[in-house]
Amino acid sequence: MNIFVFVKRVPDTESKIRIDREHNTVIEEELNFVLSPYDEYAVEEALRVREAAGGKVTVFSIGPDEAKVTLKKALAMGADEAVLIKDDAPEAYDGLRIAKIISRLIKDKYPDYDLLLFGKQSVGADNSQVPAMVAEILALPQVNVVTKLDIDDNQGTAIREIEGAAEKVSFPLPAVISAQKGLNEPRYETLKGIMMAKRKEIPLISLQDLGLTEEELLPQLELIKMDNPPAREAGKVIEEEPEEAAKKLVEFLHKEAKVI
Amino acid sequence: MLLVYIEVREGKIKKASLETLSEGKRLADEMNMETAAVFVGSALDGLASEAFSFGAGKVYILDNSLLSQYSPSGYTEALFSLTEEIKPKILLMAATAMGRDLAPRLAAKLDVSLASDCTQVKVNNGELEVVRPLFAGKALASFRFKSSPVMATLRPNVFPLAEKTEGTGETIKKEVDVGDDKVKDRVAEVVRAEGNELDISEAEIIISGGRGMKGPENFDMLRELSGILPNAAVGASRAAVDAEWIDHQNQVGQTGKTVSPDLYMAFGISGAIQHLAGMTSSKFIVAVNKDPDAPIFKIADFGVIGDLFKIIPPLQEELKKVVEE
Ligand SMILES: Cc1cc2nc3c(=O)[nH]c(=O)nc-3n(C[C@H](O)[C@H](O)[C@H](O)COP(=O)(O)OP(=O)(O)OC[C@H]3O[C@@H](n4cnc5c(N)ncnc54)[C@H](O)[C@@H]3O)c2cc1C
Ligand SMILES: Cc1cc2nc3c(=O)[nH]c(=O)nc-3n(C[C@H](O)[C@H](O)[C@H](O)COP(=O)(O)OP(=O)(O)OC[C@H]3O[C@@H](n4cnc5c(N)ncnc54)[C@H](O)[C@@H]3O)c2cc1C
Repeated sequence: MNIFVFVKRVPDTESKIRIDREHNTVIEEELNFVLSPYDEYAVEEALRVREAAGGKVTVFSIGPDEAKVTLKKALAMGADEAVLIKDDAPEAYDGLRIAKIISRLIKDKYPDYDLLLFGKQSVGADNSQVPAMVAEILALPQVNVVTKLDIDDNQGTAIREIEGAAEKVSFPLPAVISAQKGLNEPRYETLKGIMMAKRKEIPLISLQDLGLTEEELLPQLELIKMDNPPAREAGKVIEEEPEEAAKKLVEFLHKEAKVI
Repeated sequence: MLLVYIEVREGKIKKASLETLSEGKRLADEMNMETAAVFVGSALDGLASEAFSFGAGKVYILDNSLLSQYSPSGYTEALFSLTEEIKPKILLMAATAMGRDLAPRLAAKLDVSLASDCTQVKVNNGELEVVRPLFAGKALASFRFKSSPVMATLRPNVFPLAEKTEGTGETIKKEVDVGDDKVKDRVAEVVRAEGNELDISEAEIIISGGRGMKGPENFDMLRELSGILPNAAVGASRAAVDAEWIDHQNQVGQTGKTVSPDLYMAFGISGAIQHLAGMTSSKFIVAVNKDPDAPIFKIADFGVIGDLFKIIPPLQEELKKVVEE
C-alpha cells in the first residue's frame, strides 16, 4: 500500500492573530507554527493503514523551509519519507493553487499511489478545498470529513460526517480521504522516532522542477482587506440568588435578545 | 445569470440553500442579472415551486437515477454539464456538509478559485466582494474574484430568508448523462445520529456545556432546556467532548464547528481562545459560570455568576412559563 499524506504548517490554535493592515497579512512573528491538527489525524490513519496492510507512508508539505519542522513531526510519528515542495509565496488562501501544485507533483513525480490522505480543513484558512480539488484534477473518488476508514485490498469503506448524521461510502482505490476529529487518536512521537526524524534527509522539490510557472499559479482570489472582527463588548453580569438570576436571565432572553 | 445550487435531503430542501437563494436573488437584482436555481438527483418533482417562491426565475432539474444518492464526482459532472451550457456568471452554494464537499470539486473542474464559507457578500462597482472568516473567526478577510464564474459558498444561519412570494417561472428538466464510472464515491447509506438531534450548525439556539457540567449525565439538563426552546441544539466545549461526555459532532470551537446562532448559552465553559473563536459571531451570548473572572464574561451579553446546578432548575421553570405564554 503506497500512502501519501499532505500536511500543512499552521499557527497553533492558541495564537492571537495580529494583522499587518498595510500588507493585508497575518504577522508571523511570535506565532508558534504546528502541524495542522486535522493533518495529525491523517498521518495517524496512514500509519494505521500501513500497520495493517503493509506498505509505505510518504508525507508532503508545500511551503517555506520552515515547513520542514512540520514534516519532521510526521516522520517522528512514524512516516517513512518526507518531501518538501518549496514555495515561498505568501499565504493566498486560495486552495486551487495548492491543489494544482499537489496534482502536478503526483502526476509527474509520484504516479504510484493507493491512498491520498488530507486533513478535512487546514486550521487557519479553514477552506476545506484542497482534497476535493485534488480528487477532481486526478479524477479520483473522494470522501471528506471521515471519522472511520477501513481499507481492504483495493476497496475502501468510509464514514463521513454530515449534519446530524453520517454517510457510508464504499469506493475503489486509489482515492482521496480527508480526516475529521474522531477518526483516531494520534500517537505521540517516541524518542527513537524523534532521533530518526532528525537524521532523515528531506528532499526539496521546487515549483520549477514541477514545470509550474508563476502565471499558472497566480491566486485567483484577490485579498483586498484583512481585519480583526469587531470586538464584542462585555454586557451585563449579575450575581444573585438562583431564582432571581433565572428570572432576570429569562427577561433578557425575552425582552432584549427576543429569542423567546 | 446567478445560479444557486439547491440541496435536497430526504426529499426536503435544506434551509441553508433557501438562505443562499434569498441572498443570491438580492445580489442578482442589484447586478441586473437573472436568478436561477439548480437541483441534482432523481425524483425531484414538486420541489421547484419552493425555489420560485424564494426568488428563482428559472429552475433546472438535473435528473439521473444514478444520482439518487449523493456522489461528489457524479454531482460535479452533472453541474458541470449545465454550467458549460448556460455559463452562469456567479455560482453559489450553501456551506453545508454537502456544499463544502461539492463546491471545491466543481471549482477545480471549472478551473476557478472558490471562496468558502462566506459571511458577507456585496456588490462593489458591479463586482462581487465577499468576506470570510479566517482562523475560525479570529480574522476577517475580504476577497474579490479574478476567475470566472465567481464561485462562493455561504455560511448557514447567517443570511436571512427572503419573504416567500407567489413567484413562478420556467422549469427545465434535463436528463444528464453521468456514467457508472463517475459515481464511484456514491453514498451507500445514510446513518442517522442517535436521537435524531438537530445539528449545531443548523440550530438557531445553542445550549452548550463544558467541564463545569461535571459528567455526561448532566448534559440531560441541557437537552431538557433545549427541548423547551425552538430550533435549539446542545453544544459543548472540547473539554466535555474529550471527556467523552458528548459526541464530537457537538463541539464548538476552532477544531469543532464555527457557529453563529441567534443565541448561544454557555454553562460551565471558561471561554478559552479556541472556544471563543467558534462562537463569538453568535448574535447573543449568555454565560453561566461560578468564576467571576472566567474569560467568557468578557464577551457575554448577559452573564450570571453562580452554580449552574442551582440556576438551571429555576431557569427551566421560568423558560417554560414564558414559552407557554
Ligand atoms: C499564517 C499562514 C502563513 C502561511 N504561509 C505560507 C507560505 O509562506 N507559503 C506557502 O506556500 N503557504 C503558506 N501557507 C499555506 C497555504 O497558503 C495554504 O496551503 C493554502 O491557502 C491552501 O490551503 P487551505 O488552507 O486553503 O487548505 P484546506 O483545503 O483547508 O486544507 C485541507 C487539507 O489540504 C492539505 N493542504 C493544504 N495546504 C497544504 C499545503 N500547503 N501543503 C500540503 N498539504 C496541504 C492538508 O492536508 C489540509 O489539511 C500559510 C498559511 C497560513 C495560515
Ligand atoms: C489544538 C487545540 C484545539 C482546541 N480546540 C478547541 C475547540 O474547538 N473548542 C473548545 O472548546 N476548546 C478547544 N480547545 C481546548 C481549550 O483550550 C480549552 O481547554 C477548553 O475549551 C476548555 O473547556 P471548558 O471551558 O469546558 O473547561 P475549563 O476551562 O476547565 O472551564 C470549566 C469552567 O466551568 C466553570 N464551572 C465549574 N463548575 C461550575 C459550576 N458548578 N457552575 C458554574 N460554572 C462552573 C469553571 O469556573 C470554569 O470556568 C483546543 C485546544 C487545543 C490545544
